[in-house]
Amino acid sequence: MATTETMTLNMGPQHPSTHGVLRLVLELDGEVIIKVTPHIGYLHRGIEKLSEHRTYHQILPLTDRLDYLAPMSNNLGYILAVEKLIGVEVPERAETIRIIMAELTRLESHLVWIACHALDIGAMTVFIYAFRERETVMEIYELISGARMTSNYFRVGGLSQDVPDEFVKKVSDFIDVMPGYLDQYEGLLTTNPIWLKRTIGNGVISAEDAVDIGLTGPALRGSGVDWDLRRDIPYAGYDKYQFKVPVGEKCDTFDRYKVRLVEMREACKIVRQALDKLKPGPVLADNPQVCYPPKENVYNSIEGLIHHFKIASEGYAAPEGEVYQGVEAPKGELGFYIVSDGGNKPERMRIRPPSFVNLQAIEQMSVGSMIADLVAVIGTLDIVLGEIDR
Amino acid sequence: MGVDNPLGDNVITTSLDLLVNWSRKSSIWPMTFGLACCAIEMMATGASHNDLDRFGIIFRASPRQSDCIIIAGTVTKKMLPVIKTVYEQMPEPKWVIAMGACACSGGIFDTYSVVQGIDEALPVDVYIPGCPPRPEALLFGLMKLQDKIMTERNSFGATIGLGERYIPEAA
Repeated sequence: MATTETMTLNMGPQHPSTHGVLRLVLELDGEVIIKVTPHIGYLHRGIEKLSEHRTYHQILPLTDRLDYLAPMSNNLGYILAVEKLIGVEVPERAETIRIIMAELTRLESHLVWIACHALDIGAMTVFIYAFRERETVMEIYELISGARMTSNYFRVGGLSQDVPDEFVKKVSDFIDVMPGYLDQYEGLLTTNPIWLKRTIGNGVISAEDAVDIGLTGPALRGSGVDWDLRRDIPYAGYDKYQFKVPVGEKCDTFDRYKVRLVEMREACKIVRQALDKLKPGPVLADNPQVCYPPKENVYNSIEGLIHHFKIASEGYAAPEGEVYQGVEAPKGELGFYIVSDGGNKPERMRIRPPSFVNLQAIEQMSVGSMIADLVAVIGTLDIVLGEIDR
Repeated sequence: MGVDNPLGDNVITTSLDLLVNWSRKSSIWPMTFGLACCAIEMMATGASHNDLDRFGIIFRASPRQSDCIIIAGTVTKKMLPVIKTVYEQMPEPKWVIAMGACACSGGIFDTYSVVQGIDEALPVDVYIPGCPPRPEALLFGLMKLQDKIMTERNSFGATIGLGERYIPEAA
């Protein structure tokens, strides 16, 4: 009787479709995968450790670089955790603009996801189209924060500055045309036989397994579990908005694709509701202990100067205690767990990145399928190594 | 219908070095090698709106087919041996672009796990500052690399095995 041996194959960390520096060690029987072992840590930058040596204000730019496809969602998670810890009220205008930006970030992140996912499976056109729309979101980022990707725009207590006048028109124009572009992607993919063959029945994970592993975000909802932090544990004023939470049925890559597309359409609707709610007003809480004073106060009054100097040099102390805040980032539940010993720096900050937890499902999703299907599984998990390795 | 020949039967004189340099600079093929945030801006530069193809720049997925490596992102101590291997797999002539603050100097990540600049390991030709650099900055960096390639001497001779390629110091 002929015996067969399994083969061990290394994939990554410089593989173009592992979305960065993920390394997978595969055990193969012919072309069929029997074991997948992810090796991570190739982008470990020590963000959690760095946070222990920065004041609460200085940590904010580090969070931009966690999930670099959704910087504002990371900012939002972090500042909500700090606001919960020290108890700061946020003005209504700031809250509304945060929602607008968080949802635009969801759009942006999903645009890069659909671009890369489609490119990996061989549909190049979608990549070109999706990056065209992403460019508009980047222009909006630049308009309000001055930076294209690492925006660092939110502040504890509100925003770093008010939005310029043309912001409302620009966002409004964008979400008017965006559903049409989504139709365009659907026209290229949803009826494309190659796309259907590559995605339907690929990467199946049952609802029970998804919950057991701890999947969150579209990866969980694609398996039919109706769970969205924005609706179920509202934060940042999401309870004032109406939106649908899409769920899949067949638990495969195609359902997760449909879920994300509906999420993008819902994001447009949330942005529209928020734009209608937007009223003039302050964008930063009037709390001189925590928030930077306006620039004219810094230049013209001694109190303003002292407040500015104090926050910039030693920051502000947070009361002793610990706090956890989770937000529904585009990729799933992003959580910040801060332990404070009463000083101006966190004693420990633990980040619960959605990609890190979602990556665990890769073995269950791909065992038994062909090696080429693994690329589709990596794409559908929508991982970002910046937040996996931190 | 005859063949249009608007230039007539002209002859162009040039040096062989210039011809080789010109062809090299007009077809820089970088490796698809994203490390972190900068890789997304690198993709944005290659995609619509900025479009690297008009410079003859086409991303290749294999180091064996590329002649330029864009270090786009934070280089960690765990990743450095991989980058070195990939760099060694690239055929000569090859160029290195350090894109972004992390690749230039370690950036804001002065920690136990981050290499403080890729120039500790590879000979960098162009440094692009920014966190991350805008696509325009990457385009400018690539154009600077093209200028640098045009100054190289004995590029033809080195190709046929006569002597070494000589790169003059920047003025």
